[in-house]
Amino acid sequence: MRVYLGIDVGSVSTDVAVIDDDNRLVAGAYLMTRGQPIGAVQEALQAVSDCSQRGMVVCGAGATGSGRYLAAAIMGADAVKNEITAHAVAAIDRVPGVSTVIEIGGQDSKIIIIRDGVVVDFAMNSVCAAGTGSFLDRQAARLGIPIEEFGRVALCSSRPTRIAGRCAVFAESDMVHKQQVGHAVEDIVWGLCQALVRNYLSNVGKGKDIRPPVAFQGGVAANAGMKRGFEEALGYEVVVPEEHKLMGAIGAAILAREACCGKTAFRGFGVTHERFVSRGFECDGCANSCEVTEIHSGGSTLARWGGRCGRWACAKPAVPWRAGSVV
Amino acid sequence: MRLTFPRMGNSHIPFKALFASLGAEVVVPPPSTRRTAALGSRHAPEFACFPLKMTLGNFIEAAELGADTAVMAGGVGPCRFGYYAQVQKVILQDLGRDLDLVVLEPPKLGWIHLAHQVSRLTGGRGAGALLRAVRLAWAKCNAVDEIERLARTSRPRQGERGAVTRAENAALDLLDRAESARQVQEALEAGRSLIARTVARRTAEMRVGIVGEIFMVLDGFSNMDLERRLGEMGVEVHRFLTMSGWVRANLLPKRYTPAEEREAVGLARPYLDHFVGGHGLESVGGARLYAREGLDGVIQVMPFTCMPEIVAESVLRTVSGDTGVPILTLSFDEHTAEAGLQTRLEAFVDLLRRRRRGAAGG
Repeated sequence: MRVYLGIDVGSVSTDVAVIDDDNRLVAGAYLMTRGQPIGAVQEALQAVSDCSQRGMVVCGAGATGSGRYLAAAIMGADAVKNEITAHAVAAIDRVPGVSTVIEIGGQDSKIIIIRDGVVVDFAMNSVCAAGTGSFLDRQAARLGIPIEEFGRVALCSSRPTRIAGRCAVFAESDMVHKQQVGHAVEDIVWGLCQALVRNYLSNVGKGKDIRPPVAFQGGVAANAGMKRGFEEALGYEVVVPEEHKLMGAIGAAILAREACCGKTAFRGFGVTHERFVSRGFECDGCANSCEVTEIHSGGSTLARWGGRCGRWACAKPAVPWRAGSVV
Repeated sequence: MRLTFPRMGNSHIPFKALFASLGAEVVVPPPSTRRTAALGSRHAPEFACFPLKMTLGNFIEAAELGADTAVMAGGVGPCRFGYYAQVQKVILQDLGRDLDLVVLEPPKLGWIHLAHQVSRLTGGRGAGALLRAVRLAWAKCNAVDEIERLARTSRPRQGERGAVTRAENAALDLLDRAESARQVQEALEAGRSLIARTVARRTAEMRVGIVGEIFMVLDGFSNMDLERRLGEMGVEVHRFLTMSGWVRANLLPKRYTPAEEREAVGLARPYLDHFVGGHGLESVGGARLYAREGLDGVIQVMPFTCMPEIVAESVLRTVSGDTGVPILTLSFDEHTAEAGLQTRLEAFVDLLRRRRRGAAGG
């Protein structure tokens, strides 16, 4: 069976998806990046490596997320795409007639406006990371609630506490204050979800034409409190796709299937046992002091990026460059 | 007198020619780098916009090389820029930098004041010398704009990544070294053929227009090489904001204002009927102009906290809805991260590409 592999290397989590010719998910995994993107890519590939024993042939591979260039350098990829395109492609495939995508990940949040199956507008959070996964993780830990339970706790509340949501720092100090004056934990948690939804809609969603059906994806979509918050604020149901945690990877896999022409650049599951070394250094060519990063394996440089000028352009880039192609 | 001036894109080429032919010893500020931005940000008020920080950084770096006099533009209107030279004067004084700032206010504030400031720079040389210097600088200014335009239209069609940027840099270097109007013409022709040689395809995949605040639009360091990034993604970049255009629009009688810019101001009218400072009107009208010309998208570029462009931004949403042209707004300052910019640009280009495919029935 012909399959296509997609990987989404984010700041907090790394997910991988394997799809067939009809975009159906045949294998997938969701892991923590833990600041070790190389290890996370290898671990993710390991998690789906039994595909090859089950008679599947990887005919294309795609990478997305903030670590997309790194992932592409390690495993070899036919498509390297930004996460906005990847999430949109996955939502269009999974949610019939989708008009709006709300995606909240570990450190960024986005809104994508889709009309007739085509992206027409998008935005990413620019000034504030309140409401993203990292912030919720931290607040859950501070309240002593496992993150998986966070949403359920919020749903227990019927009288939300009003929390200041403009900025993560203010939200946290306001929560501490509300705790100290004796508000119940579930009310604070539900109030926080509402504050973060307000923050999202007024910062990321500012001026955007949000219309149903709305798909809510990314790690934070697992939080039932956030889903309820969006539904109350928007006034209609918000769809959380079954594979919401893997949507970025599914999008990358679909893009790989589309980009595929003949031989794949995928280097095979053997890369899970290869030793990769990354090296960063500051270029001393001029006062820009660019931070250049290199990935080595077996004595050769697989990829290099980070320079403003052409001095450190790699002899062998991770993705072959064609005139007019987006890499 | 050891004279310097702020950098803005490639404007140092005509500026150097202008002041050097007036007999001044010119200290060209080193190319803007992260150090320039860091120096400027450290000593400027946090909420001042990026152009103030960058030009302040240029002055400090030029002073380190021995400059003792700096020329800075003034201005009037709602944009804060007109006030910057005064703020920079005080900051440089506080830093103990012995840099005398000569502020050139726009002629609408009075020709006599301007003439007086200019005479300080010419060191009492006659009108003939001034005319010759202006002619050489003006020839270079137009030639630099032409080379930049060729690079913008050729980059998406280059055969090898980086080829146009190399040819452009070589051409600019030739222009910089030209010593007469005739040599400028020769350098321009040589530059044209250098760039023409890099082209491998007849058409670009798509066209995008850039509007916004002029310093951020023209300065490649400040906008993180926006035009190069777009070009390398296969985008032909259009913009009517240029150095020579600015001179025509601001220093010469109205009839010399570039046609596109004049048209843009007119097109802004139904949406914005009031001067908002800077290039706010041109941004609104420019987006309509580019939509009418059938460009695939428009990118608005501004420094973070830029008031005129923030006014334009809110109007641009309506313009985008009415014309159907997608508009992406990018604001830059010393905190802008490269990864975020690249992701937004890639997503915008994907959006335009998929729209185009959809329109073609694919």
